[in-house]
Amino acid sequence: MSWYLTLPLVIPFVAAIIAYLLRSSPLGAWVSIIGSGLGLIASIALMAVVLDAGVVAGQMGNWPAPFGITLVADLLSAVMVLITAITGFAVAIYALGDITERQAKLGYHALFQILLAGVTGAFLTGDLFNLYVWFEVMLIASFGLLILNGGKEQIDGGVKYVALNLISTILFLTGIGLLYGMTGTLNFADLAVKVNEVENQGLLTVVAMMFMVAFGVKAAVFPLFFWLPAAYHTPSFSVSAVFAGLLTKVGVYALIRMFTMVFDHDIGFTHTVLLWVACLTMVVGVLGAAAQSDFRKILSFHIISQIGYMVLGLALMTPLALMGAVFYLVHHIIVKANLFLIAGIAKRLTGGTDVYKIGGLYKSAPFLAVLFLIPAFSLAGFPPLSGFWAKYIIVKATLDVEMWFVAFIALAVGLMTIYSMTKIWAEAFWKPHPDGIEPELKTLPHKTAQILPVAGLAVLTIIIGLNPEPFVLFAERTTEQLLDPTAYITTVLGEAS
Amino acid sequence: MNSVILIAGARLQAVLLLVFSGYMLLRGHNAPGGGFIGGLIAATGFVVYAIACGTQDARKALRFDPGSIAGAGLGIALLAGVMAALWGDALFTGQWLFIGATEDSKGIPLSTVLIFDIGVYLVVLGAILSIAFSLEEAV
Repeated sequence: MSWYLTLPLVIPFVAAIIAYLLRSSPLGAWVSIIGSGLGLIASIALMAVVLDAGVVAGQMGNWPAPFGITLVADLLSAVMVLITAITGFAVAIYALGDITERQAKLGYHALFQILLAGVTGAFLTGDLFNLYVWFEVMLIASFGLLILNGGKEQIDGGVKYVALNLISTILFLTGIGLLYGMTGTLNFADLAVKVNEVENQGLLTVVAMMFMVAFGVKAAVFPLFFWLPAAYHTPSFSVSAVFAGLLTKVGVYALIRMFTMVFDHDIGFTHTVLLWVACLTMVVGVLGAAAQSDFRKILSFHIISQIGYMVLGLALMTPLALMGAVFYLVHHIIVKANLFLIAGIAKRLTGGTDVYKIGGLYKSAPFLAVLFLIPAFSLAGFPPLSGFWAKYIIVKATLDVEMWFVAFIALAVGLMTIYSMTKIWAEAFWKPHPDGIEPELKTLPHKTAQILPVAGLAVLTIIIGLNPEPFVLFAERTTEQLLDPTAYITTVLGEAS
Repeated sequence: MNSVILIAGARLQAVLLLVFSGYMLLRGHNAPGGGFIGGLIAATGFVVYAIACGTQDARKALRFDPGSIAGAGLGIALLAGVMAALWGDALFTGQWLFIGATEDSKGIPLSTVLIFDIGVYLVVLGAILSIAFSLEEAV
């Protein structure tokens, strides 16, 4: 039986259908919340099963792997599904106060649920072609969300977003075709075995690079990140929060999956490329953020620089570094989504997102200021918040392999992150509002619906920060599975025989 | 467009296309056809009708909002997949019922695959029509 594998996928689809049929009534938002809540329960159940069994796999339609559609959950997939569900639930609640009636009527809640289904599917799928299909589901849903009820700015951002993502899709499909020609399979587990039998290992490296570029666009690494800052500051805040938290991370997940399980034949080449990409991504992202003054644009560039840390963890390929990458992924999704949600509240209170033109939040809304400080400091890597441990593990891993220069870059980027966060703090929170507005939380319509998810995510950050041991142990087990995929392969292919 | 010949022809054609789309849907399991093709043909029927008599009449003839038809279709397709749970199988495992099966004939085969195809039919019909009607109305 594989129902715990399929439920996290089926629930958002059902919620999407019901929410779409109810799109003209206020019930649509509640369908979305209940759907996300049930999805969260299903993901917790999946997590419990995976923690117990290690890897679980299911063959859809009972067609055996490697021919049928396989869903697999190892620890990495399970934790990504869980964190997706947590973010989805938080944003679904937040949407109550953020999404206008017109956006809801155009089908916001249905698209949102389909986006969650797409992300979950990408994490659970066991073969490359279905990964492509889920990427498309995500792309279509996110394009819809971007331009929903939008003006010129939204269409502009949306078109750039789709154009660059389509290029990535073409490369991805070409890579799939070539890989299938060489190995005759697209199932991850089967690929992991069969790539070793490929005679032309040089061609395999070429295909690996195609996948690196394709996933690199999705993950927004240097030099393929342009679409991200062009698009993420345009849609409504719930949309950009879920984009910022989840979409790029799917690219990182795909990179980690492919470059630990399948393309580990020429680590000297592929992972050196990744190492340089990671360093440049960190530096360019953080420098880009320093030049921005829009709340969401600053945060968007920080997504890029943080992606660099995760790719760095993958590039080093040591157990400790991979563990850091996994830890970073989980921590980053929570923190980043939360910061975008806070940006939304700040905009509602002060009337703008340009940090130089707003202010006074510290004095009149001190609670929001505290809620901002937690994820902001966590992002910058202050102890004892979750970001500190994530950065600590990655930097420790670089020092262990004696890459002093890389460690220096990682630390310097952390310092620069503080600079941007202080800029937001000093401008938006500390200085008085230039127009003399005293924004108070009391004036917020739907106050509870907006504050509750922000506070919940902040509490999660603190829990991970103060009690990192179980999370680190979990990341360690995940890394063991990644570096030794035997259990994954036997679980998927074993069921076939 | 206001042409008597076109309107008279379109009425006939729309009916023929709709009947044909049902035929395509049902023969789809082992022969060319199926929900996707059937849905496209049915959509063609309504588009022809819309061109001849206007989208308002076509929307009335359709009775339901095209978007809702697509949503319901997705629901039916999903239901067909989830139904496998009743037999304890994995998602989207086809379940078959052979009515009046004897030793040398399989009788009338009914399956959850057909329900899935009907869902696809409605999704395609609804999606194509919501695009076509919007384009037609924007002109």
